Amino acid sequence: MGQVTFSDVSKRFTLRVDGALHHVQAMDRVSFSVADGEIVALIGPSGCGKTTALRVAMGLDPSTSGRVTVDGHEVKGCGHDRGMVFQHAELLPWLSARQNVMFGLEMKGMRGAELRDTAEKYLELVGLKDSQNRRPHQLSGGMKQRVGIARALAIDPSVLLMDEPFGALDAQTRESLQAELLDIHARTGKTILFVTHDLDEAVLIADRIVVMKQGRVEEIMKVPLPRPRGDLGLVRGTPEFAETRYKVWQALHDGAGLH
Amino acid sequence: MADIADKKAADDVAPERRPLPRWIITTTSLACLLILWEIFGRDINPVFGSYPTAIAVAFWELLRSGELASALADSLRSFVLGYLLAIVVGVPIGLVLGRFRVAEAAFGFYITAGYAMPLVALVPLLMLWLGLGFTVKVSVVFLMALFPICINTWLGVTAVPKTLIEVGKSFVAPDIIILRRIVLPATLPYIMAGIRLAVGRAVVGMVIAEFFTTISGLGAVIINSANNFDTATMFVPIMILMVMAIGLNSFIGWVERKVAPWQAEIAGRERE
Repeated sequence: MGQVTFSDVSKRFTLRVDGALHHVQAMDRVSFSVADGEIVALIGPSGCGKTTALRVAMGLDPSTSGRVTVDGHEVKGCGHDRGMVFQHAELLPWLSARQNVMFGLEMKGMRGAELRDTAEKYLELVGLKDSQNRRPHQLSGGMKQRVGIARALAIDPSVLLMDEPFGALDAQTRESLQAELLDIHARTGKTILFVTHDLDEAVLIADRIVVMKQGRVEEIMKVPLPRPRGDLGLVRGTPEFAETRYKVWQALHDGAGLH
Repeated sequence: MADIADKKAADDVAPERRPLPRWIITTTSLACLLILWEIFGRDINPVFGSYPTAIAVAFWELLRSGELASALADSLRSFVLGYLLAIVVGVPIGLVLGRFRVAEAAFGFYITAGYAMPLVALVPLLMLWLGLGFTVKVSVVFLMALFPICINTWLGVTAVPKTLIEVGKSFVAPDIIILRRIVLPATLPYIMAGIRLAVGRAVVGMVIAEFFTTISGLGAVIINSANNFDTATMFVPIMILMVMAIGLNSFIGWVERKVAPWQAEIAGRERE
């Protein structure tokens, strides 16, 4: 299970700039769905509403109209059926890597030996078993985000929501984490909805790409690359990759607003 | 030629200089002050001022007579109780004010006003309510220390990154858990700063209370020796209070490094 559906979701913000009220239409009747076990990338220029969409799906922000459902249940606030991976990992700095993972589990009601074992299991999954006692500032950026992923996965959500999870990392770390995410996906079969502004990342990882612009869904594209993707370096060299990447690029640069 | 070249190369490399240890700087500063005070203090009429050696003699006298120990114990009792109560009460109030909009709107301005309240003026009133004894002294210390602790905690909560709270929310943590396990630790550096600021005010509160209520403790030593024009003796409790404040301050710093070790590790202590 792990199906996400956006039906006509709109979101308006009101900002006060120099005393004047500005209405911002962050999402305008956004509709798309993510199938069970699928990886969908939300891509678009900054301010296109992609992060807002993710936050609405997580239940951190309410939508103005429309609704998001996860496995048929309407999203009303946060829930353990969704696991969020934040842009800058957002680990609690006073807790060790393991305690950070345990925090999410405790909130789900897990206690005792099971708690520790589960946290260790997921840290092992992201390759951090040996660093589990380190505190966040003793971890590199890539390691922090691995802990962030472990924390979200540990509560065994039906959907993993990721907000530009690798955007703040250097290119090499980003590539290895992308490969690792695909590996984790192959092993856990989680549904993943992730936000990115990186074309390559979207094409490399996703099954489908939702292109957003000015709060609207511009286009939804299938990525014609087989699973498992294998060596991502090789995938980058395939004509399918180049073609899809170009199509997404076109979708981002054509259309309303730029002509 | 080779020699000269070598020598020049050696000059170019900055010699490795060990930075001066802190305690040496502090001790030098203190020694300079005491020496200057001793030199100029001796020229002043002993009623109007005093100097370190005279104060040291007076200190010895007070110590030998046992007067100092009992005065100190007397003062410390009300100080410690009032100060600890201020921490126990002030921190939770600050947390709630910072976290909940309604609480802030309903009670925040009382705290801001209380901080500016001329407490000295209210001591007579407190005496009417609470009498002249221990209770009123504890209350004055408590009221003096409460507000800086409370305000700093409150301020600290508002500075907690929103995203950390969202982490709690996204894992469906109840409000009380978010407060205890995210907001409280994230606010600790502010709380500790408030607790430090409160030391000075609590000391002032303690002495004021001892002046106005039953003359007792270190405050009594100050008042009595001032009335006898024994300025050297008057300085003894004043110096003790200042040393006590410094000691308490370092102790709080030590506690802070114990309860929030990540803070020093994140911030570092590199300074010029």
